[in-house]
Amino acid sequence: MKKQTVNSRPAGPKPWYDPRVRALFFQVISLAVVFWVGWVLIDNTLSNMQSRGISTGFGFLGESAGFGIIMHLVPFDATMSYGRTFWVGLTNTLLVSAMGVVAATILGFVIGVARLSSNWLVAKISLVYIEVIRNIPLLLQIFFWYFAVLSNLPSPRQSVEVGGALFLNNRGLYLPGPVTQEGFGLVWVAILVAIVAVVGVRMWAKKRQMATGQIFPTFKVSVAILILLPLMVFFSAGQPLEWDVPALKGFNFGGGITLIPELVALWIALSLYTASFIAEIVRSGILSVSQGQTEASKALGLPNGLTLRLVVIPQAMRVIIPPLTSQYLNLVKNSSLATAIGYPDLVAVFMGTTLNQTGQAVEVVAITMAVYLTISLLISLFMNLYNRAVAIKER
Amino acid sequence: MTEPMMKPPKRNLGPVKWMRTHLFSNWYNSLLTLAVGYLLVTSVGPLLNWLILDATFLGNGPDDCVGAGACWLFVKQRLNFFIYGFYPDELQWRVDVMFALLAVAFVPQFIERFPGRKWLGIFGITGLPIIGYVLIPGGVLGLEEVGSSKWGGLMLTLILAYIGILASLPIGVLLALGRRSDMPIIRGLCVVFIEVWRAVPLITVLFMASVMLPLFLPDGVSFEKLVRALIGITLWQSAYMAEVIRGGLQAIPRGQYEAAGALGLGYWRKMGLVILPQALKLVIPGIVNTFISLFKDTTLVLIIGLFDILGAVQSTIADPAWQNVAIEGYVFVAFCFWVFCFGISRYSQNLERKLDTGHKT
Amino acid sequence: MTQHTESTDVQAENKPGIIRVEGMHKWYGDFHVLKDLNLTIDQGERIVICGPSGSGKSTFIRCINRLEEHQQGKIIVDDVELTDDVRHIDSVRREVGMVFQHFNLFPHLTVLENCCLSPIWVRKVPRREAEAAAMEYLERVKIPDQANKYPGQLSGGQQQRVAIARALCMKPKIMLFDEPTSALDPEMIKEVLDVMIELAESGMTMICVTHEMGFAKTVADRVIFMDGGEIVEEAPPSEFFGNPREPRTQQFLQQILQH
Repeated sequence: MKKQTVNSRPAGPKPWYDPRVRALFFQVISLAVVFWVGWVLIDNTLSNMQSRGISTGFGFLGESAGFGIIMHLVPFDATMSYGRTFWVGLTNTLLVSAMGVVAATILGFVIGVARLSSNWLVAKISLVYIEVIRNIPLLLQIFFWYFAVLSNLPSPRQSVEVGGALFLNNRGLYLPGPVTQEGFGLVWVAILVAIVAVVGVRMWAKKRQMATGQIFPTFKVSVAILILLPLMVFFSAGQPLEWDVPALKGFNFGGGITLIPELVALWIALSLYTASFIAEIVRSGILSVSQGQTEASKALGLPNGLTLRLVVIPQAMRVIIPPLTSQYLNLVKNSSLATAIGYPDLVAVFMGTTLNQTGQAVEVVAITMAVYLTISLLISLFMNLYNRAVAIKER
Repeated sequence: MTEPMMKPPKRNLGPVKWMRTHLFSNWYNSLLTLAVGYLLVTSVGPLLNWLILDATFLGNGPDDCVGAGACWLFVKQRLNFFIYGFYPDELQWRVDVMFALLAVAFVPQFIERFPGRKWLGIFGITGLPIIGYVLIPGGVLGLEEVGSSKWGGLMLTLILAYIGILASLPIGVLLALGRRSDMPIIRGLCVVFIEVWRAVPLITVLFMASVMLPLFLPDGVSFEKLVRALIGITLWQSAYMAEVIRGGLQAIPRGQYEAAGALGLGYWRKMGLVILPQALKLVIPGIVNTFISLFKDTTLVLIIGLFDILGAVQSTIADPAWQNVAIEGYVFVAFCFWVFCFGISRYSQNLERKLDTGHKT
Repeated sequence: MTQHTESTDVQAENKPGIIRVEGMHKWYGDFHVLKDLNLTIDQGERIVICGPSGSGKSTFIRCINRLEEHQQGKIIVDDVELTDDVRHIDSVRREVGMVFQHFNLFPHLTVLENCCLSPIWVRKVPRREAEAAAMEYLERVKIPDQANKYPGQLSGGQQQRVAIARALCMKPKIMLFDEPTSALDPEMIKEVLDVMIELAESGMTMICVTHEMGFAKTVADRVIFMDGGEIVEEAPPSEFFGNPREPRTQQFLQQILQH
């Protein structure tokens, strides 16, 4: 039977009526259009650049930049190359993104849980926060913090002071910086030992629970070990750490860690804005766990705390994590609004100043977009791996 | 048989009981209530004083703003600029007509059972843009020409958001269909287009539109800055739109595709007559949500030098004649955006709830 | 009312009045769902509750392990009165197993983990023992081979049997069944009912809300008919089906036995 069908295929339709031929035709056409458009654009660009006297290629990255940047995590001065400005911008973008992700996550989870609180006042205030913050453009919020709040702070001489160590004025936020002394290496060792100990305790506690059923307060003990052991070593080694407290020198503060107002404004605005979205994600994640699940758990005699920990949170996290990562991605992208207030992030330094000075628009734009594309691909790669790991098995 | 109606025992009635269960149910809730309440009481009073009680509403100029409160006089005197930008005073009726038509077309969409609201909506996305295209720039039909460099303020914000969403809709539909197509090359092209635009921040897109677009074009062809920004916004937005619409296409059950195929409809008829009308209806809330985020994102155009409402305010608060009016300006813009966005998002939430009950049982 | 003669190993003593409900009322807002219920159930008894939908029968058994609160009257389960006191609620829930209409298995845990969760965390049984016990119960409900699958990979009937095993793993004194077969396809109802009949024969105290009249006839010691939030009639199955007293009961039986 099978042999027959292979040999006696129905007479093929005329090529134009064969769907496969049609599909091929359409695809070839669309590919051709894309290539043609691309070619026209490249051709135009090359001739335009030629007529403006701009050379193509990435050679400019090696040239001396000749401009300063107000904040850099990697060493930088005006004699360094344009390539270096790229790294300065990228590290600044990553810094504010990381600070924002941490603050937004903490704040977002707190507000999201508060939104479901049985306390009427707390729940309503969280609701107002979410509805106000997420309906106001982020750029406006950044402007508000930068131009309306931080630049209205007093001058360094009249700084807002907290405990003689933390100073806030219109030049930025000044924090004491830790300076490790000789012997601090022991504290690092102690931290390492504490981590190993915690892992050990967890394994032992799990084993014991398997064997005897007794539940060990793993969390509390772990926290205690992690805090107490390094502290004890720290004090017995004679506190080998000094604080470099910022002090007023002339018109400004010196020493310690300085957060420039651009960074502070951007960080506050990004965190507050993203937190309002994260709060909604957390809330709907918790609500997505059906009533039946908590009822079943209660019917089995699990008290509220365990119901939350063993049944609700594991299921809610599956719902929360995917949109949460896309919020992180949004935060990274939104950090590019730094340009508007002059925080030297990747877009401001590289796509702004470097592009203006060199005129290498195509190369600079391509590099910048490639960076964001890479970040985005990395995050979605992580997302897919995570989803595969936790996917609830269905038939 | 039936016993007399019994009322539930009075348990949760009365303000004291209510406060006990909702504010002071245990020690940490009570503590939380007191702390939050204290913060609220200490902040609301001064805020109210600044906003209204001590604020200056009347006067002739900067010198009248002497009180401790907000100087709303500033907003009042600059309101014309915040709404119309540099659009000439005597021609502003043209913008007003467009505002009115916009309201006529879209406000009824919030009111259920408004007679003919469907037709008004259709007018809003077909006739309205054509009228606007004639009326706002002028230069035809004896209307005096107003160049786009004179447009600004709220009017520009609305133009950007409205055209951005309208133009990205058809492109988004095509991209979504392409991404779900059986043809691998077309699918691949659409995936690359969508993912690249979604990965990059709007600022880079706007920079690209303002710096690179002129390089792409042959000699002698050039666009105004506003058009360049609109091209950038539209391409960027269409990628997001495509993903929203793809969600709708995926939600349509397979049976619908098969039934349409069984009726002998070809691809475009099947999509146009059966699948898309259902899918688009499903994704209206999603489209409204993308509209809200686009509406907020239009503020970014001030970075490339266009005066949207935030740009207009930003450029006036630096005016040395007025002392420290930054907060007033920002609060005004925030209020405008909040009213729009909150109202529209409420509408889309209602819609979502309605669609939800309609499709799940 | 009659003690089942076959009740054997599981319950050594047959304690009278393990569940006592006295003058119980419940409201949803102003809506009076349960009106003056009075009922005493002895250990080892099998009770079937039936009635039209909306008659309050599910709400009633959900009050017995306090998934719902009652506002008036008393519910005493195994000498513990259900009040706002969390300790009472927890101790009652440990002794009362429940099976739901929609199974409510935890989708993120395997079948075995579903069964062991509560014994490990509430009864503090060593994991190996808990797993061994769980396997025993899974064998009793005839699906030991599915122990390492996730609930989403099982059929409805299999899921419901897992749910029964999960409840039994807590070694409860009382089992509540809330329409256990209503969400199942017809061909799966029998496999679940067989497990329930076997459980009944082992002497478990059972309260079962169901529309399966065949099950009621073969297993129940008493059938309770509820309508409009009240207990309308209460009788042994022979009497209930053979000679119902109340007109409302007659009407209900007519409606469901027609088919």
